[in-house]
Amino acid sequence: MPARIGVVVFPGTNCEYDVVQAVDGLGGRGELLWHGDRSVGPVDGIVLPGGFAHGDYLRPGALARFSPIMDAVTEFARAGGPVIGICNGFQVLTEAGLLPGALQKNGRLRFLCQPTRLTVTSTASALTALARVGDELTIPINHFSGSYTCDPETLRHLQESGRVVLRYLDNPNGSVDDIAGIANEAGNVVGLMPHPERASSALLGSEDGLVLLRSLLGAATSAAAA
Amino acid sequence: MRFQARVEVQLRPGIADPEGATIERALPALGFDGVAHVRAGRSFSFEVDAPDEGAARTKANELADRLLANPVIEQSRLELEAI
Repeated sequence: MPARIGVVVFPGTNCEYDVVQAVDGLGGRGELLWHGDRSVGPVDGIVLPGGFAHGDYLRPGALARFSPIMDAVTEFARAGGPVIGICNGFQVLTEAGLLPGALQKNGRLRFLCQPTRLTVTSTASALTALARVGDELTIPINHFSGSYTCDPETLRHLQESGRVVLRYLDNPNGSVDDIAGIANEAGNVVGLMPHPERASSALLGSEDGLVLLRSLLGAATSAAAA
Repeated sequence: MRFQARVEVQLRPGIADPEGATIERALPALGFDGVAHVRAGRSFSFEVDAPDEGAARTKANELADRLLANPVIEQSRLELEAI
């Protein structure tokens, strides 16, 4: 049975098909989920993809957090199911309180759309389990509000518990401690600003996102078997 | 009773404010000297029905903290007036 990955579509989401295609290409089965539904159905993993959920009105993720499906996503995450937030999805996860901290406007107010070099700094997460610490990955970013910030105590806690899973090598947006991606305590909820689905084929210029998506499929398969 | 509420949301002190900083950098070119510590923010206005001012304040503050501001990086200030 291929791992079933639910990809949540909010009004304004625009990376859902890219994620489905990348998941399908790895032998998984990507399925679109509508934000207005109250259930996530029989999926083994969930992706909150990039885009502009609810037009990014108020703040990115601020309104998506109140979409009906988010209660089911939260419940799925609490039960240990893998939940990955990519870009706008990362913003939704922080607003929903599933991950700590916040994403604020990039330093110098620049919209950034470019490949970035990342390093894997922890493999204790659903997104990095198949990578190795120190692996260097080139994956694109595409955001205006991607500067990760949190209070000093949260930062220390993230660092000490190995929950910073990806760091920028050339910090493009002013994120504290070069943070590009973090995980929750259990490692099953992960948010990252770079788009692994846009680095899933040599045709796109990089295949470096595949190890992350494979990790997600692995975590989803394990979650399904449990 | 009905109250007019105005909520002002700003980044917390100490949180970098690239918008405020950019505005501040533009000021000398426009001939505004002697202006410092620019902070950008947003303001929201709405009307609240509540039995008294205390209840209206509680409701408006809760709304501000749960939705209008992200307490991780922002703070809000409420002004309330009976109408």
